Amino acid sequence: MSETKTDREQKGDQATSGSLDEGWGPLSELPGNPMMWLLIISEIAVFGAGFAGFAVAFVMNPDLFRESQDTLNRLAGAINTMVLVTSGLFAALAVRAESEGRTGLMRLHVAIAVLLGLVFLGVKVVEYSGELSAGHTIDTNTFFTLYYLLTGFHALHVVLGIIILVIVAIWHSLDNLETGAAFWHMVDLIWVILFPVVYLLR
Amino acid sequence: MKYQSQKISLAYFAFAMVLFVVQVLMGVVIGYVYLNPNFLAEVLPFNILRMLHTNSLIVWLLTGFFGIAYYIIPEEAEREIENPTLAYVQLAILVLGTAGVVVTYIFDLFHGNPFLGKQGREFIEQPVWVQLGIVVAALIFLYNVTMTVLKGRKTAVANVLLLGLWGIAIFFLFAFYNPANLALDKMFWWWIVHLWVEGVWELVMAAVLAFLMLKLAGVDREMVEKWIYGLAALSLFTGILGTGHHYYWIGTPAYWQWIGSIFSSLEVVPFFAMVLFVFTMVWKGQREHPNKAALLWTLGCAVLAFFGAGIWGFLHTLAPVNYYTHGTQVTMSHGHLAFYGAYVCLNLAFITYAMPKLLGREPYNQVLNMVSFWVMTGAMAFITFALTFAGAVQTHLQRVRGENFMDVQDELTLFYLFREGAGVVVLLAVFLYLYSVFVPREKEIIAPAATPAE
Repeated sequence: MSETKTDREQKGDQATSGSLDEGWGPLSELPGNPMMWLLIISEIAVFGAGFAGFAVAFVMNPDLFRESQDTLNRLAGAINTMVLVTSGLFAALAVRAESEGRTGLMRLHVAIAVLLGLVFLGVKVVEYSGELSAGHTIDTNTFFTLYYLLTGFHALHVVLGIIILVIVAIWHSLDNLETGAAFWHMVDLIWVILFPVVYLLR
Repeated sequence: MKYQSQKISLAYFAFAMVLFVVQVLMGVVIGYVYLNPNFLAEVLPFNILRMLHTNSLIVWLLTGFFGIAYYIIPEEAEREIENPTLAYVQLAILVLGTAGVVVTYIFDLFHGNPFLGKQGREFIEQPVWVQLGIVVAALIFLYNVTMTVLKGRKTAVANVLLLGLWGIAIFFLFAFYNPANLALDKMFWWWIVHLWVEGVWELVMAAVLAFLMLKLAGVDREMVEKWIYGLAALSLFTGILGTGHHYYWIGTPAYWQWIGSIFSSLEVVPFFAMVLFVFTMVWKGQREHPNKAALLWTLGCAVLAFFGAGIWGFLHTLAPVNYYTHGTQVTMSHGHLAFYGAYVCLNLAFITYAMPKLLGREPYNQVLNMVSFWVMTGAMAFITFALTFAGAVQTHLQRVRGENFMDVQDELTLFYLFREGAGVVVLLAVFLYLYSVFVPREKEIIAPAATPAE
């Protein structure tokens, strides 16, 4: 191989440690780390496919779905909707506090957001134990398979979101806070769609 | 080639190519058995021939990955391989193990012996002593490449490649876990078979494509690094729970039908992203690299993987569809194009790129090499279509109409004839490829355009 070719291969092959936030195309415009947005898009695709599957299964077994849906604890679902949306508000307030450089206030807001996340999980446990004691498990029928899968998968994301919020509150920067809040809002958003689809729509 | 220890990969590629020939040859033989079922039945039964076909495929692809890693790692880490002697010891273990496997399979030595005899689990039939050898070889390999990277420059390409290679070794350990419960056995068996090809191998693929794009298209490393982390994330996000599409009918709970359907449907996304990646890189690249054949294989790899693994995989991944198509020739069509597109093409692309450098020559015989790409790809596409149609007919007759398996097989003879014809063409294309890569030539049949002024 010739010398010049080796030189040419070297061009554009320098190790760089440039900012990870530039050159991501449309993702660069969004607040927080672009990799988080890639995850958010993927999550929306997964839950979207889940809701589409739910809709198809509903149309195929309308009576079964209506009967099963009536046994759900709609009040708990409604309370949880308010809890999670309020938690989202505090995540947003935490981002604002961080942008103003008020670390103490930011941590207070994150703590409230995390606390509300835990309340959500607590309500979820009460709800699940009610369902299970009524004899409704993941194997009962298609409705309950999807109910447990969708709400369970969402609850796992609440757990993950709480962990992320704690991490960004400890190692804080505006970028980190925006990244954590973006994930937390995604968890909100999915619940806001999940609640009417699974609990209410008939 | 900038580092002496990159030469190690030459030996690995040579061994890989020998097994490549064995694999395709066995494919042609078992394709003939489909037409003439008693062929070799007394000497080498179909199941043994098929084991040789599938095992040699996996081993040569892995050997190729090892060779690729020994080439890429020094260049990325900017230092020689930690211990080149160990790398050759590793290869010797692999060669010995492979020879042991072939002899054990063919003569059915030590039948039933739990340590020396072949095991009954599809694709991981290797005797336990060979599997232990594979673990030792993997440990040597991981030590060698990991130490090289730890002491050298750390790049995204090397990181993702290492993650993939560690994953390969870790998931292979499930070969030693064989629960008595058949459902559990199958469940963990897929942790090797699925989590390799639809998980960690995709990481290797993303890293190798990224390396080739850096070299062939001359794009900024910064741009490549963003893509590669995104590709790795998408592969694992969809691939790990996508394992659920193997859990539909093996005795696992029914909710796996939902998990598997949803996540494995999205497995097409990372493969499509790889197509976007390579074409964007070539579009944005500022370099006319002289090795056009390597570029053709690289682009072909991404596109064929998208069709073979992505589209043909999606075709039968939804549980209600798979209920009818499971284990028919539809599966075979997907398996052939997916392995060819994703991992055979990846290895052949890299060997086409690296061989002139390893041998210290200008790229040569590129025209023949590119001809071999089109012939091989055309024939593989033909096999895929023949088996897809065979699968559609089989699904209808056998699964919808409920006809007898052997009666249905008789109806498929025409498709098997087409497949066998195309298989012979693949074998010819393999020899064309090997000739173009290994046999030097004074100048190209068609002279390349003069290099544009820099």
